Amino acid sequence: MAYRELIKNFETIRAYMRQFYVYGFKSREEYGMKSPRSYDNERRRIESWLGDYLSFRRDGGGKNVYLSVDSRRTSRNPLYKAFGAKSFTDKDITLHFYLMDLLAEGESMTAKELMDAMEDRYLSAFRRPVSLDESTVRKKLREYEALGLLDTRKEGRSILYRRTDHPAVSLTSWADALSFFSEEAPLGVIGSFLLDRLEQPPSCFRFKHHYILHALDSEILCALLAAIQAHRRVTLVLKNFQAHRETRRTFCPLKLYASTQTGRQYVMGFSSFSSPPLFFRIDSIHRVLTEEEEGRFSDYEALWSRTCPHLWGVSAAGWPRLESIEMTLRLGPGEEYLFRRLVREKRNGSVVRLDPFTCQFTARVYDASEMLPWLRTFLGHIVDLRCSNPSVTALFQRDLEEMETMYKGDLHAL
Amino acid sequence: MLFSEIYGCYFQVVASILEEAAAGTLTPQSLTRTVRRKAFAESVLSIPAALKKEAWPLLTPDLHTPLKHRPTMPLTTLQKRWMKALLLDPRIALFQPDPSGLEEVEPLFRPETFLFFDRYADGDPYEDPVYRACFSQILQALREGRRIRLSLAGHGGRLRSFSCIPRCLEYSAKDDKFRLLTLGNRQFQTVNLARLRVCTLMDPYDPDAVRIPPLSLKTLTLLLREERNALERALLHFSHFEKETLCLEEGRYQITLRYDREDEAELLIRVLSFGPMLEVKSPPAFRSLVVSRLAEQAALLREKGR
Repeated sequence: MAYRELIKNFETIRAYMRQFYVYGFKSREEYGMKSPRSYDNERRRIESWLGDYLSFRRDGGGKNVYLSVDSRRTSRNPLYKAFGAKSFTDKDITLHFYLMDLLAEGESMTAKELMDAMEDRYLSAFRRPVSLDESTVRKKLREYEALGLLDTRKEGRSILYRRTDHPAVSLTSWADALSFFSEEAPLGVIGSFLLDRLEQPPSCFRFKHHYILHALDSEILCALLAAIQAHRRVTLVLKNFQAHRETRRTFCPLKLYASTQTGRQYVMGFSSFSSPPLFFRIDSIHRVLTEEEEGRFSDYEALWSRTCPHLWGVSAAGWPRLESIEMTLRLGPGEEYLFRRLVREKRNGSVVRLDPFTCQFTARVYDASEMLPWLRTFLGHIVDLRCSNPSVTALFQRDLEEMETMYKGDLHAL
Repeated sequence: MLFSEIYGCYFQVVASILEEAAAGTLTPQSLTRTVRRKAFAESVLSIPAALKKEAWPLLTPDLHTPLKHRPTMPLTTLQKRWMKALLLDPRIALFQPDPSGLEEVEPLFRPETFLFFDRYADGDPYEDPVYRACFSQILQALREGRRIRLSLAGHGGRLRSFSCIPRCLEYSAKDDKFRLLTLGNRQFQTVNLARLRVCTLMDPYDPDAVRIPPLSLKTLTLLLREERNALERALLHFSHFEKETLCLEEGRYQITLRYDREDEAELLIRVLSFGPMLEVKSPPAFRSLVVSRLAEQAALLREKGR
């Protein structure tokens, strides 16, 4: 099939953009696509949409393509551009502009009246007009009603269509809010569609620690939010990044857990009352299939309320058993900031000051090993670390020894 | 439906072209220019041709359009629901948008559905009237290109005042804080908004007379050992930096990233969090910071063992 800049389905390009953005060291042969042409087409599309951010490097394994974005220097997430690339038919675009124009002044018209008006006002101006049959027009009207662009009212046996922007929402007063929340709020891509409507979108904001990859998961997030709001169970079709295996899991989704420090997002829920909370990474979800309504949704919410105070992050590996952890820190001269760090980063733990130079963090969680990366950020200040799960302190100690070995030469030189 | 052509780049560009056609100012050159400016890199191969061939019967051969109105489109339900959800966010108080037209709309999500579980606890006071007033003045200054005079609480509680050119407001989701990036005395300076007590608007400045100092970026090279899914974790963790990754051999990778000099202390603890999976290769000064931490930790453990 000939190459087209626009795409019908988002899933394939989502996988490619993720690979180019996160990894970026693979050559064409390592992508394992059906044919080299598939890879070439996807790469060409991404280059067409995001050429300014795409780089190439050649090494022994061939040519590597990668997306590199310093998200602190951009006011708009460039990955949103992919959502502007949906393909359409000639009739889709023609009908869009005709229908919006015919109903622009707030009038209501039937499908038949709209068809006649299109013939008279527009198609007659062209040498080779397209044929717009009644079923196509009616289908488009129903589609636009579902999208909220049109609403309907009945008059006798006729259905009258009218645009929904009378009165219109004024976007002018929203400009700065849209500029900020299109980057910061969940499903910010919707805000970027709104910004596209403004003559001069503001660019007052920049974003630090800004993970832009979530944008690619927006359709999955939308489906999960709809299920949570409707109290429905879902079946997730999951793709394992390493093994490329597809698995299915059915459960009742309750919350969305977003990390501001690792760039990951998860959906949390329960499959039953006797099993631990389940967390699935949203970027590993291939599809969301909505199932029946969950009659005990509020009971699951109550279970989550009891579980939540003992979740450090997104693991309940030891559930229902709790693990206790205690870390004591030494504050040297000028290191008062460490105490402030503990207080603002402690999450569901507790912090106490033992004396002017020592403070202690304690927590009871389902999986203390999840805290290891955070504990390591205090290296150089840890006087004591204790945990009811000895494998946690053992791993901490082993990692520390490995680091000492890694930097042995430098340590000896000190 | 989120992935829909009605939000797409082609529909927007065609709307711009039709607007120009309705105004009678469209020429073949301006059509191509609009496509190049607003669409994708290769759209110039498809959009002008589809309009010219009348595959999309929207533009007549003399570059006029039979449409009678400026092309517009109502907001979709999805867009209204997203905007309604923003009205539940405490930060919306900083912007005060007009909520008219959204009264009957169901929010797309509620704040309590999302848990930002590792966000720091000392976020900015969005409800504080002083904070809001300063935020609003800064936004106005940024929009109108005006200098501002800031008074902020210094150490010991004394107010310190200075005038500057505001460049942008920077938000960190991790810190839940806004910072103002300013330019004064040809140097960038960052001010935490929560420390501001007064912000006063001053005269407009000439943007052409402003000299932007070069950014102070440094390069960090890390060696990664692929264990415990460290590769995926690290690449995602550092994905917001401009970065490049090389596969050195099976299970060994080199990550090079560019960072702001002022963020070195924060970057150090982020590297430490990966333990032995990440080794600092260069610069030597950064490597020394890791080594110092390890030496201090070893000394504390020795002390404990005694």
